Amino acid sequence: MISPHDKSAAVADTLTGGPRRRRVRNGASRGVPLPLLVPALAGLAFLLLPLIALLVRAPWSSLPEQLTSAEVWQALRLSLVCATAATALSLVVGVPLAWLLARTDFPGRGLVRALVTLPLVLPPVVGGVALLLALGRNGVVGQWLDSWFGITLPFTTAGVIVAETFVAMPFLVISVEGTLRAADPRYEEAATTLGASRFTAFRRITLPLIMPGIAAGSVLAWARALGEFGATITFAGNFPGRTQTMPLAVYLALQNDPAAAIALSLVLLAVSIAVLAGLRDRWMTAS
Amino acid sequence: MTRSARRTHRTLRLTGAGVVALLALSACSSSDSASGADSAGSGSSASASSPKLSGTVTVFAAASLKESFTTLGKEFEKKHPGTKVTFNFAGSDALAASITGGAPADVFAAASPKTMAIVTDAENAAGAPATFVRNQLEIATLPGNPHQVSSLKDVTKPGLKVVLCDKEVPCGAAAQKALDASRLKLTPVSYEQDVKAALTKVELKEADAAVVYQTDVQAAGDKVEGVEFPESADAVNDYPIVQLKDAPNAGAAKAFIALVQSPEGQQVLTEAGFLKP
Amino acid sequence: MTEASPPRLDTVAAGDAGLDARLVVERGPFRLDVTLAVAPGDVVALLGPNGAGKTTALRALAGLTPLTGGHLRLDGTSLDRTPPESRPVGVVFQDYLLFPHLSALDNVAFGPRCRGATKAEARAQAAEWLDRMDLADHASAKPRRLSGGQAQRVALARALATGPRLLLLDEPLAALDARTRLEVRAQLRRHLAGFEAVAVLVTHDPLDAMVLADRLVVIEHGRIVQEGTPADIARHPRTDYIAQLVGLNLYRGLADGHTVRLDKGPDITTTELLSGPAFVAFPPSAVTLYRERPAGSSARNLWRCEVAGLETHGDQIRADLTGELPLAADVTTVAAAELDLHTGAAVWATVKATQTHAYPA
Repeated sequence: MISPHDKSAAVADTLTGGPRRRRVRNGASRGVPLPLLVPALAGLAFLLLPLIALLVRAPWSSLPEQLTSAEVWQALRLSLVCATAATALSLVVGVPLAWLLARTDFPGRGLVRALVTLPLVLPPVVGGVALLLALGRNGVVGQWLDSWFGITLPFTTAGVIVAETFVAMPFLVISVEGTLRAADPRYEEAATTLGASRFTAFRRITLPLIMPGIAAGSVLAWARALGEFGATITFAGNFPGRTQTMPLAVYLALQNDPAAAIALSLVLLAVSIAVLAGLRDRWMTAS
Repeated sequence: MTRSARRTHRTLRLTGAGVVALLALSACSSSDSASGADSAGSGSSASASSPKLSGTVTVFAAASLKESFTTLGKEFEKKHPGTKVTFNFAGSDALAASITGGAPADVFAAASPKTMAIVTDAENAAGAPATFVRNQLEIATLPGNPHQVSSLKDVTKPGLKVVLCDKEVPCGAAAQKALDASRLKLTPVSYEQDVKAALTKVELKEADAAVVYQTDVQAAGDKVEGVEFPESADAVNDYPIVQLKDAPNAGAAKAFIALVQSPEGQQVLTEAGFLKP
Repeated sequence: MTEASPPRLDTVAAGDAGLDARLVVERGPFRLDVTLAVAPGDVVALLGPNGAGKTTALRALAGLTPLTGGHLRLDGTSLDRTPPESRPVGVVFQDYLLFPHLSALDNVAFGPRCRGATKAEARAQAAEWLDRMDLADHASAKPRRLSGGQAQRVALARALATGPRLLLLDEPLAALDARTRLEVRAQLRRHLAGFEAVAVLVTHDPLDAMVLADRLVVIEHGRIVQEGTPADIARHPRTDYIAQLVGLNLYRGLADGHTVRLDKGPDITTTELLSGPAFVAFPPSAVTLYRERPAGSSARNLWRCEVAGLETHGDQIRADLTGELPLAADVTTVAAAELDLHTGAAVWATVKATQTHAYPA
């Protein structure tokens, strides 16, 4: 994928107020020192090389055939819908959580912060198993969901969204929390002295101020959700049209037909790049 | 503990290893042909009659072979001191893909002739593959079989949450074959990426039943209950094994295959639920 | 002056108008304990060195820092337990804290909007405030497009737009350059003079304090060390900090007639007749320096000193002296050259009794 860290740093720049364009121009006119340039180019090459290899070995002749397959579009649509829903879900609960971590002080906050980032280090398959144990039909909470509301998450599209949210939300929380920490909390105080409740201050002052960080976090979360494989296949299973997202389709295609897998990967890649580039342009011009 | 004492010790060991290696080299040419033909049937005497083996032998094996091959690997190391068996257990298709992609392996044991064909077609195999075991499908149900599944037809009952392996992997293909043979139509809740994943869903009680291999049911112990079904006879799966052409440790590869095919090896595999070829 | 009606308060008892507060804030080893009583229409400046607790006092008044003791009454209503958003208090922050994503107009309209005005009402009020501050042309400008002086006025308008009964200003001029500062100080003085409720400003600049405030409250180490009119404080400083601020040499001792015997050091002869603890003060310009002991000088106040440091002070040179009596002396550049002043030079310093000023401590 396109390196997400670059992006978050760039968006965060605009937040801290540094006029971004000017900075870029300065860097260019002064020249980039070699000890930075060489590793930077090496890093870029390292990230791009696998993508280039994918392009070089792509079965271009069979690509049209892949693209016209209904199953591919079904998986792609499901991927986009689920990743977007997971991002939305992450926003709804993740932004308040980030605020809580950044702006309030409560015992054990450090521990909570570490726990929030746990899904980042957890192998996604383990995350999927953990989700099954928690929200599965027989899970700690899932059994009550099932017996009280008749809700079962595994093997459903909702399950895909839950699995993707679990894996993607930490990216959003960390990104937003970092932005919140960098943002001056005194703006909230100023709003308070003008009669704003703490929530109004958050909604009308803090939220617009940290928007670039939220945007960056959403992009990270969305990208992560889109590529999610392990937790999804473990928790939600694999059924075309319902839970088979693109990464699952790619994985299974890889078993017997690597060419098809490469073609599918290219489709996923092209769509995500198009979406990310589009969003980024919009945000950059808006700020 | 003095450092010099330890170093001396290590030096001695190294020298020993060198001697073994030299012996192996000298023995190689003379008894190379013999070891392949001799299927190591003489059990404990195998190590005495076969050439001195050393180094690491890398075995790529289907995930369903994990338990039995791990046991055999230890056995092999015991028989041939100085050797080490390294396993790569995964879906046969993924393994085949790595091998054709140039992964350095000595032995490939697949869960289906179809996946083996990927390797032989790419001319990565040394010689023809041999079927060393067969595996039969079985229905894994929740402990106590609460839904009273007794046949493949029962699995198609509405309301039952069933998981199958994906058609792309051998157990899925076999299950589909059995269903087709008995003209049954089954819509599972999920097509799992491999047989272990399918079984896990039943172990965690997320699914009511899964069509998996007998060996997997056996390995799961009392976490699932196996139900045999006659239609499985239509979809018995052959497991072929082969030495790879670019095997870095050809001698050890041959010896390992011989062990798998020996009565001793077959016993370990049968205990795990495999059928003899 | 305010158009916006202040939020409704509980009954305002006549005679209780204004601010009546004892602010106690304890934070670790630091303790602030300051009593303030300010009548409506008065401007009080809290003056003190960095870390004295001025800003803490201001934050306590605004409700941003909770009191650990004391009380806070505004126009007869206790605000001890009132959260900041419900206090009839307006704050101009040190660096203004204008919301960067809102236009000047929306910054000013924010308060009225939060206090219940409709969007249109709030904007109309805000427009009026900006007009009054001569900022009508900049209503749609984002804060980063405003000059320092303009931003300061927007911040003032924003604080006043809610119709506060207590206006707090934290270092209102500190963020401005010297030239703008002069201009803005004059404007601020006009606006404060027109403000009919209580205004409290915090500053470490004595000039700002003296120009803007009717009364100064000097805080050091969390306590009030002196309060009074600017003129009174300038004439009778009671701590080294204040003496330095107003540019005086200040000593404390025991007076006996025309002599004040310093706690540590020599006697100083004065013209005032006093007895008991007393301060003696004299400006650096009253000091005359000699390289040789002045023969036949009638000055009683003659001390042997050594130059510890020299710095330019306007068109004068200020000599920092140690020795019998530590003091600051101002000499002209020419005199400094003639005396060949340099660090370490031995000098004699005299001050005429008529140029000293003694007052009871």
